[in-house]
Amino acid sequence: MRSDLFPIRSRARKLTDYAVTSLAVLATLLVVAPLVGIFGYLVYKGASSLSLDFFLKGPKPVGESGGGMANAIAGSALVLGVASLIGIPLGIGGGIFLAEFGRGTKLATAVRFTADVLNGVPSIVMGLSIYALIVLPQKHFSAFAGGVALGIMMIPTVCRTSEEMLLMVPNAIREAALGIGVPNWRSVLSITLKTASPGIITGCMLAFARVAGETAPLLFTALGNSFWSTNLNEPIAALPLQIYVYALSPYDDWHRLAWAGALVLIILIVLAVSLVRFVTSRGVLKGAS
Amino acid sequence: MGVGIEVQNLNAWYGSNHTLQDICLNISANQATALIGPSGCGKSTFVRCINRMHETNPIARVTGTVRIGDVDIYKDAKPVEIRRRVGMVFQRPNPFPTMSIYDNVAAGLKLNGYSNRRALDEIVEKSLRNSALWDEVKDDLRKKSGASLSGGQQQRLCIARALAVDPEVLLMDEPASALDPVSTSKIEDLIFQLKAQYTIVIVTHNMQQAARVAEQTGFFLNGRMVEFDTTHKIFTNPSDKRTEDYITGRFG
Ligand SMILES: Nc1ncnc2c1ncn2[C@@H]1O[C@H](COP(=O)(O)OP(=O)(O)OP(=O)(O)O)[C@@H](O)[C@H]1O
Ligand SMILES: [Mg+2]
Repeated sequence: MRSDLFPIRSRARKLTDYAVTSLAVLATLLVVAPLVGIFGYLVYKGASSLSLDFFLKGPKPVGESGGGMANAIAGSALVLGVASLIGIPLGIGGGIFLAEFGRGTKLATAVRFTADVLNGVPSIVMGLSIYALIVLPQKHFSAFAGGVALGIMMIPTVCRTSEEMLLMVPNAIREAALGIGVPNWRSVLSITLKTASPGIITGCMLAFARVAGETAPLLFTALGNSFWSTNLNEPIAALPLQIYVYALSPYDDWHRLAWAGALVLIILIVLAVSLVRFVTSRGVLKGAS
Repeated sequence: MGVGIEVQNLNAWYGSNHTLQDICLNISANQATALIGPSGCGKSTFVRCINRMHETNPIARVTGTVRIGDVDIYKDAKPVEIRRRVGMVFQRPNPFPTMSIYDNVAAGLKLNGYSNRRALDEIVEKSLRNSALWDEVKDDLRKKSGASLSGGQQQRLCIARALAVDPEVLLMDEPASALDPVSTSKIEDLIFQLKAQYTIVIVTHNMQQAARVAEQTGFFLNGRMVEFDTTHKIFTNPSDKRTEDYITGRFG
């Protein structure tokens, strides 16, 4: 009795299916297009200025052509290293507290609220705060201050994604651990955290990639430096800072270097993220996904 | 050796839901005790009170006394110690998804700081043999994750994991509900063997299973224990009308 109804229904269903699929594909293209566009433009503008010198030499004085961004690349790596050392442990620790130990407490609500507010603080304000809190008392700009500024900016993202990912671990897994006499803290560290680790790592990478391109928080903290330095206590160059300075300069040569710097910054971020993904998808953490 | 369990005036709540009401019973050492009753009557809640898992739920509350051997578990001991002595196989299989089969079984020992490789290997093999899973997984102990097994295999893995910590009491919440007849009879054989060393409490919806493995049987209804007696008595000549109605299939 339904057989006469069925074909019509199925045609309508096919049409709907087709429409929804097309919309999804369209949306995907719209999302990917700007990305490809930006990257393509960077390659077009910057690739020609890339040479071995770019990675091996520091900036040349005004007027001389050539030179590179070796000091800025090293500086960015150092500042981001400090930032990760601060932002990742504190962020994950906060996430563990929110998801496992502080559930339903007032302190947890306060921490969650603080993290969300911190997430909304404009990066320039973060730079100024660190300027007041670290640079002024120390009486000098430093790589360390820059790292702290970026590190604090990483905390909310890492914290909230860690919380979300931990909450997604089924309760049955926690019960399984408690049920064989594993103490709660041990179960959190060795089981829940490990089960949630793929998502937590993604959160850390997101936070890292976000702050890697920040300029404003570094303006009053790391300051920038035209010379090679790896001293945490001295002003240091960083790719976004260098790009900023070069892009605002009146020289064509520097403009080209700025484009090349932007291209390198993006490539380095992609490389760093892929490297972490590669390392964590094998070895100790294998099977975690 | 197994130890006896003495439960007095046990009451348990989930929020305002009074899930268990005034439960009193004595479970004998080195015997299997079956708990039967319709869905939602509180069997799982009851076994979770015996190893203090019930209190891990933030909305849960429990009162009354449970003695295991000569320890009053709610007064004289920490939850972690109790759970090491009272193993549990949960109603739904819950292997650790990030761990290999081997690590799943060894988890209870490893996470408590036990690290003798040789001894661990032996314990893992023995536990997997006891839970009738060894032959199916022996070739990829370290290669396959616990989550890649079938539902019934996962349940047997969880049994092995509970056995590996060598408890005195083993609580099994419907351990055979996801198993085929062959594995089920293997598990039942296992229960027979294990009685020598452990005290076993098994929740089951399968009357034949209760009749086959258990010396004693308790019938739960709406959070109360209606009748507790030898399995033979419960299934042939129950003293309560409701027990009779249930086992003859008139309700539930
Ligand atoms: N996590 C929970 N939160 C709130 N209420 C719960 C929870 N678990 C169980 N309950 C309630 O407690 C009562 C007893 O549940 P329990 O799981 O002990 O039943 P059961 O006898 O094991 O049933 P089944 O045979 O279906 O497994 C039920 O009314 C149930 O709604
Ligand atoms: Mg149950």
